[in-house]
Amino acid sequence: MTNLDPRLQKIGLGLLAPVLALVLAFLITSLVLVLAGDPVGEVWSTLLGVPAERNVANILNNATVLYLSGLAVAVGFRMNLFNIGVDGQYRVAAFVAAVVAGEAWLPGAANTVLAILAAMLAGAAWAGIAGVLRAKRGVSEVISTIMLNFIATGLVAYFLRRVAVREEGSNDIGTKEIPEGSRIPGFQIGEGSTTEVYGFIFLAALAGFTYWFLLNRTRFGFDLRATGKSTTAAVASGISVTRMTIVAMLLSGAVAGLVGLPLLFGDSYSYGSTFQSGLGFAGIAIALLGRNHPIGIAIGALLFAYLDEQSNPLQILVGVSPDIVAITQGVIVLTVVISYEVVRRYGVRLEQHAVARALEAGRPTAGDKEEEARA
Amino acid sequence: MSAVTRRLPRLWWLGAAVLVLLAISVLRVVTGAEDLASSGTVRATLIALVPIMLAGLGGLWSERAGVVNIGLEGMMVLGTYGAGYFGYHYGAWAGVAGALLMGAIGGLIHATATVVFGVDHIISGVAINIIAVGAVQYLASLTFVGLPGGGQTQSPKLDNVGSITIGPLSDALGEVEDQNIFFVSELAAVARAMVTNLSLLVVLAFVLLFVTYWVLWRTSFGLRLRSTGESPSAAESLGVAVLRYKFVAVLISGALAGLAGGFLAMVASSNYRDGQTGGRGYIGLAAMIFGNWRPGGLLAGSGLFGYTQTLGLRQGGTSVHALLLAVAVLAIGLAGYQLWRKQVRLAVGILVAAAALITVYAAIDVVPGDFVNITPYVVTLLVLAFASQRLRMPAADGQVYRRGSAG
Repeated sequence: MTNLDPRLQKIGLGLLAPVLALVLAFLITSLVLVLAGDPVGEVWSTLLGVPAERNVANILNNATVLYLSGLAVAVGFRMNLFNIGVDGQYRVAAFVAAVVAGEAWLPGAANTVLAILAAMLAGAAWAGIAGVLRAKRGVSEVISTIMLNFIATGLVAYFLRRVAVREEGSNDIGTKEIPEGSRIPGFQIGEGSTTEVYGFIFLAALAGFTYWFLLNRTRFGFDLRATGKSTTAAVASGISVTRMTIVAMLLSGAVAGLVGLPLLFGDSYSYGSTFQSGLGFAGIAIALLGRNHPIGIAIGALLFAYLDEQSNPLQILVGVSPDIVAITQGVIVLTVVISYEVVRRYGVRLEQHAVARALEAGRPTAGDKEEEARA
Repeated sequence: MSAVTRRLPRLWWLGAAVLVLLAISVLRVVTGAEDLASSGTVRATLIALVPIMLAGLGGLWSERAGVVNIGLEGMMVLGTYGAGYFGYHYGAWAGVAGALLMGAIGGLIHATATVVFGVDHIISGVAINIIAVGAVQYLASLTFVGLPGGGQTQSPKLDNVGSITIGPLSDALGEVEDQNIFFVSELAAVARAMVTNLSLLVVLAFVLLFVTYWVLWRTSFGLRLRSTGESPSAAESLGVAVLRYKFVAVLISGALAGLAGGFLAMVASSNYRDGQTGGRGYIGLAAMIFGNWRPGGLLAGSGLFGYTQTLGLRQGGTSVHALLLAVAVLAIGLAGYQLWRKQVRLAVGILVAAAALITVYAAIDVVPGDFVNITPYVVTLLVLAFASQRLRMPAADGQVYRRGSAG
C-alpha cells in the first residue's frame, strides 16, 4: 500500500475497519450456529437474500427510527458524553407529543409542528437533568441516564394511566388518537406493497443534514468537537465546558425526542402501553458503527433494520430463532470498536514506515508529513 | 474535615440495624401500617435483596479493579439461563454452578474486550447486554422448546436448593410476633425469618459478601487487586501483573452477577423466564454506588432497595406511604444538623423538601405503585447529586490500561 496516493490509502483504511468488523461478526455468529447445530448456510441465505417490496418499506421505516436514535447518541459522542438515556428520553418525549397532538389545540399541520417541538423540548429537558448533574455536580452521565431511563418508565406509566382512554375491545390503554389532519402521511414504493413508508423519513434526513451542518460548518460545532477532544484545550480557547456539556446533552435529548415520532405520526397515532422500547441501545451500536458520521449512521441503521426484517421468517423457514440476529448486532458493536483500533494502529505503523523510508533515502520529509497530518 | 478521618466504631452496622428496626417499630405504631416488619415482609425483603446484593458484589469486584461493568444486567440474564438449563438437567446445585459459569462467560467477554483489547468499558457493557438478551432467547428456543412446561420464553420447573427451618424456634418466635409488643415483635419477626424456610442460597450470598470483604480488604491478593483500580501504573511498577488481576476480577464479577440471575430463577421464582432480571443488574450497580464502593454500604443499599421493592409488592401503597413520614422526619433531623453546621441555605432547602413530603403524606392515602418502583433510582440520583463529595470511587475506575504504561 506504500505506493498508493495517501488520500486513497486513508479511504482504504477507513473502509477496511467496518468491513473487518462485519466479517468478524459474521464469523462469530456462524460459529455460534455451528456449535448449536443449526444450519449455517440456510440461515445466511435467508438473512442475506433480496428483500421483497413489502419488506423494503419495513426496513426503511425501522431504519428511520434507528437513524434518529443513532444520531442522538452521536451528538453526545462528539462531545465525549455517553448518552445511554435515549430510551428514557424518547419515551418521555413520545408520550408528551402524543398528549399534545391528541388534544389538538391547533388545527392540522400546526398541531403536528407543535407536537414535534414539544417532543424535542421534553427529550431535551429529560437529558438536560443528566447534563446539569454532570456539569454542576460531576455525576457520571452514564449512571444518571440509566437511572433516568427507569424513572421515565415509571413516570410515563403513571401519567399514561391518568390520561389514558381504553381502546375498544382490548386491555391496552393509550392516549387520545391524533386527529387525521395532523398525521404525517406515508408513501408507497412499488406496486404490490400495502405497507407505507413513513413520511417522517424526510424529517429524519433533515435532522441528519442539520447535525452535519451544525457540527462541521459552524463555530458552535467546532467548539463542541474541540471540547470533546480535549477539555483543557477548550478551556484555553475560552470555551465554557460547563455550558458545552449541558448544551450537548440538551441537543442529544432533543434529537432523542424524535425517535418515537415516526411510529406515532405514521402508524400508531397514540402512545399506548405497547409502545416500542429499547431503541436507545441499538442507537449506541449504530452510532459506533457509523463513526458518528451522518451517512455512516444511515448505513448502520439500514444494516440493522435489514437484519431485523430478514430474520423474521427464520423460525418458519429454517427453524432457527430470529434472536440470533441480536447476537450478531451485539457482536458488531464489539468488533467495530476493536477493528477501528486495530486498523488505526496499523495506519500509524504504515505512516511510521513511510517516514522512516523517506528519511533513509535522505529526503527530510518530516515537515511534509506534519502538514499532511494537519490537513 | 475530621469526619472523613474519624473511623466508624467496630460493629457500627449492628447498631445501625437496631436503630433501623427501632425506627420501623415507631413508624408501625404511629401509622398503623402493620406489614412494615412482619416476618413475611422480612423474608420477602431477603429474597429481593440478595439478587441486588450479588449483582452489586459483582460490580464491586470489577470496579475495585478499575473496570466499570454495566454489563452486569447481561451477565445476570446469562445466569438465569444457566440456572434454567443446568438446574433442570442436573439438579439444583448444578443450576447454581451453571449460573456461575454462564455469568463468568459474560465476564470473560467483558474482560477480553476491555482488558485485552482496550475497548471502552461502557461500550463493551452495552454490547454484552445486547448479546446476552439475544443469546439467552436464542438458547431458550433451542433447548427448552418441547420439554414439559418449557418453551421459547421459559424453562421447565426447577428444583430449589434446600432451605433451613428450625421448627420449634420458628413457632415460638411466631407467637411473640403476634403479641404486637413494641420493638420485641419486630425483633422476633426478623429472627423468625432467619429460622423459617431460609434458603441456602441466601446464606451463601451473605457468606460471599463476607468473603468479598475479607479477600479484598484483608489479603495481599485483594490489596494488589484494588491497587490496579486505584493506580495501575504504580501497581505495575511494583511488579503487580495488572492485566491479570483485572482479568480475574472481571471474571469473578461475571460469576457473581450470574449467581444473582440464578437466584432469581431458582429461589425468587421457580423457573427461568424471559426478561426475569427486569433491570436488577442496574439496581445492583446503583446499590454499589450508594454504598460508596464498599461491601457494608452495598449491603445497606441493597437492603434499602430490596425493602422498598418488597413493600411495593405487598399492599405496598400503604407501607410506602408510611415510609414517606419516616423520610420527612429524617429530613427534618438532617436540616437541624445542617443548621448546626451553619449551612442555612441547605437547611432551608431540606426543610422545604420535608414540608412537601409531609403535605404529600397528608394529601394521599396510598402511594401509586409506579412511584414505589422508581424509588431506588430516584434515591441513587439524589445521593449522586447531593452526596457525591462523600463518594469515592476507585481512582482509575473506567480507564483503559495498556501494559507498560508505567514506563
